[in-house]
Amino acid sequence: MTAWHQKTAHEIRDAVAKREVSATEITRSYLERIETVDDKVQAYTQVWRSEALAQAEAVDRKAASGQALGPLAGVPVSLKELLCTREGETTCASKILKGFKSPYDAHVVQNLKAADAVLLGKVNMDEFAMGSSTENSSIQRTCNPWNLNCVPGGSSGGSAASVASDCAALSLGSDTGGSIRQPAALCGCVGLKPTYGRVSRFGLVAFASSLDQIGPFSKDVRDAALALNVISGRDPLDATSANLPVPDYTAALTGDMKGLTVGMPIEYFTEDLNAEMRGLIQNAVEVMKAQGAKVVDISLPHSKYSVAVYYIIATAEASANLARFDGVRYGFRHPGAQTLQEMYHLTKTEGFGTEVKRRIMLGTYVLSSGYYDAYYLKAQKVRTLIKQDFDRAFEQCDVIITPTSPTAAFEFGAKTTNPLEMYLSDVYTISTNLAAIPGISVPCGLTAAGLPAGLQILGRVFEEAAILRAAHAYEQHHGLAMGKPALA
Amino acid sequence: MSTISKKDVDYVAGLAQLHLSDAETNRLVEEMGTILEYIEQLNELDTSGVEPMMHALEVTNIFREDEVTPSLDRDAALAVAPLHDGEYYLVPKILDNGDGGSA
Amino acid sequence: MQYEAVIGMEVHVEINTKSKIFCGCSTNFHAPPNTNVCPICLGMPGVMPVLNREMVNKSIAAGLALNCTISRWSKMDRKNYFYPDQSKNYQISQYDLPLCLGGWLEIEVNGGPKRIGITRAHMEEDTARNVHTLGGGRSGVDFNRCGMPLLEIVTEPDIRSADEAYAYLTELKQILQYLDVSDCNMEEGSLRAEANISVRPVGTTSFGTKTEVKNVASFSGVQKAIEFEIKRQIKTLNEGGAVMQETRGWDADRGITFTQRQKESAHDYRYFPEPDLVPIVVDAAWEQGVAESLPELPQARRARFAKDYGLSAYDAQVITASQDYADYFETVARSGADPKQAANWMMGDLQALLVDAKQEIQDGLITPSHLSNMLKLIEDGTISGKIAKDVLADMFASGKQPEAIVREKGLLQISDSAALEGIVRRILADNPKQTAEFRAGKEQVLGFFVGQIMKATQGKANPKLVNDILRRELGA
Ligand SMILES: [Mg+2]
Ligand SMILES: [Zn+2]
Repeated sequence: MTAWHQKTAHEIRDAVAKREVSATEITRSYLERIETVDDKVQAYTQVWRSEALAQAEAVDRKAASGQALGPLAGVPVSLKELLCTREGETTCASKILKGFKSPYDAHVVQNLKAADAVLLGKVNMDEFAMGSSTENSSIQRTCNPWNLNCVPGGSSGGSAASVASDCAALSLGSDTGGSIRQPAALCGCVGLKPTYGRVSRFGLVAFASSLDQIGPFSKDVRDAALALNVISGRDPLDATSANLPVPDYTAALTGDMKGLTVGMPIEYFTEDLNAEMRGLIQNAVEVMKAQGAKVVDISLPHSKYSVAVYYIIATAEASANLARFDGVRYGFRHPGAQTLQEMYHLTKTEGFGTEVKRRIMLGTYVLSSGYYDAYYLKAQKVRTLIKQDFDRAFEQCDVIITPTSPTAAFEFGAKTTNPLEMYLSDVYTISTNLAAIPGISVPCGLTAAGLPAGLQILGRVFEEAAILRAAHAYEQHHGLAMGKPALA
Repeated sequence: MSTISKKDVDYVAGLAQLHLSDAETNRLVEEMGTILEYIEQLNELDTSGVEPMMHALEVTNIFREDEVTPSLDRDAALAVAPLHDGEYYLVPKILDNGDGGSA
Repeated sequence: MQYEAVIGMEVHVEINTKSKIFCGCSTNFHAPPNTNVCPICLGMPGVMPVLNREMVNKSIAAGLALNCTISRWSKMDRKNYFYPDQSKNYQISQYDLPLCLGGWLEIEVNGGPKRIGITRAHMEEDTARNVHTLGGGRSGVDFNRCGMPLLEIVTEPDIRSADEAYAYLTELKQILQYLDVSDCNMEEGSLRAEANISVRPVGTTSFGTKTEVKNVASFSGVQKAIEFEIKRQIKTLNEGGAVMQETRGWDADRGITFTQRQKESAHDYRYFPEPDLVPIVVDAAWEQGVAESLPELPQARRARFAKDYGLSAYDAQVITASQDYADYFETVARSGADPKQAANWMMGDLQALLVDAKQEIQDGLITPSHLSNMLKLIEDGTISGKIAKDVLADMFASGKQPEAIVREKGLLQISDSAALEGIVRRILADNPKQTAEFRAGKEQVLGFFVGQIMKATQGKANPKLVNDILRRELGA
């Protein structure tokens, strides 16, 4: 019999609801698993053993007393270091927030608790979500469970690695330019970035406010739908959260793609895409056709500008968002600061890592006097063009497919010397955030090197149901023997 | 526009209140130069007449009602501060030059 | 050379909502330090602002009262700068699309009206308060004020003198108080005024170098600081010097302005649209709803009081200085009492009593009905004006109605001719010398007799009757 930590969230939830197993037993199974393999993977930055067991016991008491259980009853979840929690610390993997204890829970954390989930702890990330490999963490180096010499992707590398290594049934991460989908692809799990506004950002430490969105990592598509049910909806504390009803996303999982039209952007399937990746995507297309999907070519002519637009808008917003880390109200203050200016200078210099400083500099520069129109305003206009590309494309199709990442996981250090090359690893995911549309990455096979590849499926705004349906149908019928990473 | 000088980097670091070593400054001159050069490709596009996308969603007029909700307990607020005296957050002496409270 | 001053004002007023602009913390001014704070106004990681609807309503009201155009579409922006009075190191403000644009406010200058152009009024959050008195080489920060709702009102450079600036501030304060959008309490900092001052030769149209005078604690301080600054700039120029662009403070004790901060390079605030807040769209219906709820504004009320109640321009000005005062007056006048008399008593004896007791008119024991009843007693001859002064003081202390006081103290005026004639004759008989003087043409002696008669009657004699009888008895 498979161990509980290998099961999916919906399997766990159903078993707990039927009282076939206690939430405590599930939690113990996961805590043991963490103890066994996380030394190697290093996904967790904090494990909340006693709190998790206390939550599990509370769920069990609820079950014993016959009360209705939440939709994630007994499901162990890990949280990216940038989601504010009363438990433990919220560090964003930065020295500047080392030891910071949030006085409040993020909206999604409240949702998870209300759904009777069990919070196992926090997982690693690139500092302030800036990176694509989780190498920019000030805490530790997280490894790809499939090959410990490779990165897990980023910035939510810890989330992806914790789910892929069976150290969490679900994880919540954040996606600003691909930070959920890319690590999900590189670690071989499902990662969903909802439409901007679908999930409240209150309690998500902001990187780029107009792009950030929280989403789940899971072992299968059904779990992603289940998690989305729990975290979606209007929050009066987030003015940008959408005031729209939340459908039951699991109801969309029909297991087929009849009547769905799939668009393939001609700009993405060029000679630049490596042959192996192209082959994996082509297989996926065949599976989808077999499930009743119609496949058409579409064009996203401005997609090639998305990385440039992103690195203006994201860094500009970040330069303001990160200004609050000044050593006055919370977090690190350099002990040697004698003057006000030293307090700012020394605190930021010591507290922020190289990549964060680089982006603050870039963002400050593009907003500085005389450059606003040339950079920020220009980028916002091109953002409009990118969004219009998608609007037009979605007149011809219901979902769009692309590779999630141009390559599978790469080795540590491979891209750290060239920031621009690292930025380009998000080339397929960034335009989604710019257009505010939802996207999901589902595993689509292993490369010859035995590393997972991801298929990205994009949909119209607030049509998460469509991409979940397509991803689910593909997952049910792809027939790939993905297996599990050979840890332990 | 694509080249960025050491002077530019120093000026921007001043705005961002970052203190950079010479080595960091020199590296940033180069790296920011490369990135800005890459960004230059946006100039190929004629965007005259294109509306900027300021917000991700086309939503307007989201407000809260004017109701008082409980504040944070002062001890809880100050507990996470690097330096305080139980009443105030403490910072190195502000040499008031009339710039404060500029609102 | 003849110079003229060119002055523009920037006024920050705290809007009197119950909760802060972006969070639910109370706006109570008197709370102990750092008790009206929450993760949002402390700029904790992960928090987001949500705009207070009442702030927008009150700002629209202020904009309409200042004859501004209310923007159909406006937005909030981030203004980036580092200072320990900020919790995020950016201030959420409005940059290129403020809520209110292009209005004016009318002031009285040398007996005539003058319009001061309003460039804009925009919504923003207030900053924290820094405390410099803690010692130990440290300053303290109190975030209670951080996130209080502010409206920044900016004028065109239309003001030409310190008196005009004073008149502008007074009128502005009155309007905002009438609207109930702000307490405009300079002591508590709910109104803060800055003046941009320059001078130029009369007849020229370009601008001279300006200085900015900040952190002045009262309207009269602003007036004096501007006066000083104009003289200082003219003197500097006349001596062949140049005015430096700088921020200057006001030393009230020495009566001088002083250099506070020399303008280094221009600030680089890196404004950009606040991505956490959505645009504000004020459609015609919203604007009209606010417009219909506006009260009668001071200027209109002054004009109406002059016209309907026959008040002089000066009296109308004083009576309408505050809404409570004007409401009080109007209640008295509508009850049928003589409006001019009502105004006189309000500005004179009643005001003196209130000032002495440090009371506001609406809080005192003399209600409009008290004053109205007293005025009627004077009018129908029941009491004299002199006695009324005592009655007023009694009402102020006891809150009793005037009729009761007159009855209890026996203050009824003596209007009985026969009784008064007897007294007059006795006084004349007792003072033959003065009687002779009067008959010899010395008119002033009449006053002496009136005084004697009043003394004899404890002031209760009807003065008009006393006069008539005296003249008749003296054969004048
Ligand atoms: Mg301002
Ligand atoms: Zn607050």
